[in-house]
Amino acid sequence: MQTVFSIAIDALAYGMVLFVISIGLSVTMGLMRVVNLAHGAFAMIGGYIASYVARDLGLGYSVAVIAAVVLTIIIAIPIERFLYRRIYGAPELTQVLMTIGITFCVIGIANYVMGPTLKTIPLAGPLQGAANLGFRSISVHRLFAIVCGLVVALGLWFAIERTSFGVKVRASVDDAAMASALGVRTEVIYAISFAIAVGLAAFGGVVGAELLPVEPYYALRYMVTFLVVVSVGGAGSIPGALAACLLLGAIDTTGRYLMPEFGEFFFYLAVIAIICVFPRGLAGRAK
Amino acid sequence: MTSSVNSDILLGVKARGSLVRDLIGIAVIVVAAVIGYLLFPDNLALLTRILAIALLVLALDLVTGYCGVATLGHAALFGAGAYAAGILSAHYGINDPFLMTLAGLVGGAASGLLCGAIMLRAHGLPQLVLSIALIHLFHELANKMSSWTGGSDGLAGIAPDPVFGMFEFDLYGQTAYVFGVALLLIVFLSLRILVRSPFGMLSRGIRQDKLRVRAMGASPSSVLIRMYVISGAVAGLGGALNAISTQVVALDTLSFTQSAEALVMLVLGGTGSLFGALTGTLIFMLFEDYVSAANPFHWLTMVGALLIAVVLFAPKGIYGTAADYFALRRKAKP
Repeated sequence: MQTVFSIAIDALAYGMVLFVISIGLSVTMGLMRVVNLAHGAFAMIGGYIASYVARDLGLGYSVAVIAAVVLTIIIAIPIERFLYRRIYGAPELTQVLMTIGITFCVIGIANYVMGPTLKTIPLAGPLQGAANLGFRSISVHRLFAIVCGLVVALGLWFAIERTSFGVKVRASVDDAAMASALGVRTEVIYAISFAIAVGLAAFGGVVGAELLPVEPYYALRYMVTFLVVVSVGGAGSIPGALAACLLLGAIDTTGRYLMPEFGEFFFYLAVIAIICVFPRGLAGRAK
Repeated sequence: MTSSVNSDILLGVKARGSLVRDLIGIAVIVVAAVIGYLLFPDNLALLTRILAIALLVLALDLVTGYCGVATLGHAALFGAGAYAAGILSAHYGINDPFLMTLAGLVGGAASGLLCGAIMLRAHGLPQLVLSIALIHLFHELANKMSSWTGGSDGLAGIAPDPVFGMFEFDLYGQTAYVFGVALLLIVFLSLRILVRSPFGMLSRGIRQDKLRVRAMGASPSSVLIRMYVISGAVAGLGGALNAISTQVVALDTLSFTQSAEALVMLVLGGTGSLFGALTGTLIFMLFEDYVSAANPFHWLTMVGALLIAVVLFAPKGIYGTAADYFALRRKAKP
């Protein structure tokens, strides 16, 4: 029972962190149809900035989170403007190469600037320690991650379903040409969505630093996981991404707890099975 | 009517032109091999590794360049060939290099069939993700079955017999090098014939317009899966060559990085052309050897910048851009 409970909490926290990072990828992929392999790199940049601000500058955790999100977006703007804009609508292979090139560059530069060691982000006081639930105590940080995931999911749902910006985003997802003919400035929508996606990635990178440790190969190591989540959930779908994150988080965490010697074997096996059964993802729509 | 006659004549001219280009290609490979031997007599191991990787990149070109299937997991087939050849020698004591090469071919083709059958169920992003999942699955499996594969220590104990009982695989690696060059030449010629055959034309048609090929009465998926098996056989040969020449199979041969690098080499040289695949491999591997020896820290940054530059400025790759340039010049002065 104890094991089941701790697996469940860890799986939930891990799934939520995955969700916060990869939902941005899912939205941009559904919206701009860009296979963005560099998404993990932005999460990593966020983690590095937060670590620098909180550990080396000694500022608080909340300052670190805000700095990470803002600075990562500022770093991403020129990249979007000069590199991504050229590959909108390009063949997949081109997009894969360009974004993998960006990832390699970011890894190399991070390795050079920050060194190859693992970086930690010191947590704020209230987030350390464990919360007592009466019958069992769980780490506050895990709870914090879960709450963050829920807040992001609700916020995004509200923004996309209930605001005029969301209407424009949905219109551009469905038919970009028609939306722009009707006066939606799709370029602006693209830029804003990209900024939000990058910001969320950075946020997830910071919040999830305990579960996905920040180091130079972060971008490559977890890139696969994020892509898997998006394609299993179906690009552009928030409920799909949430379901995929929770499902894959549960499979991965359970596999690690019960059969650690098999590593990620079951994770990838599950991915292959799911994609073979749902080639368009859990919540994917027919074209 | 006239157009069909014209195209017949054109085809005839083209066939003769391709024969000439086959011969030129063989000559270029042989000359490059001899130059390599003369320039780096102490570093034949690197050259043999280039040959093995060239086979992998050729195999990748068959599915990515000719059929338009983007994959980041092609090293799975390469590694399967390497392990098949290695296990035959290390566990069954069959040390004949030709039999080991054959085992690599069969192992690669079998895993090609498996990967193809899974990969071709999806399109676009899910397909790419499937390829990534497959390479990780192969990697974990090889790591897990350490009694067969040696796990993360690598598979040791491979001792190939001398070729024809005369030429030993020694420390200098001359035999392995010549063996590899011969293998590459045979594969290159067969692939030239393959991509010109109706089957090769059909796979190019599938890349350009799948729906139309289906409307013509051909089945794209059966063509693609056959191409995947052929590609697996070629990649498996590369893996076997690697196993025979280094006499060890590392877990790295089945890694995602290896797959991604193969794709980078292919695109650097130019997709959809066997010459492009060879050019890309040669340039990338020499560059890697030089740069990572000088400064391993910046190697990844350089590769990334190189990739971005190729995508922005030479989308057809080095060979494709050069070929276009010469074709234009030839047209300009008739």
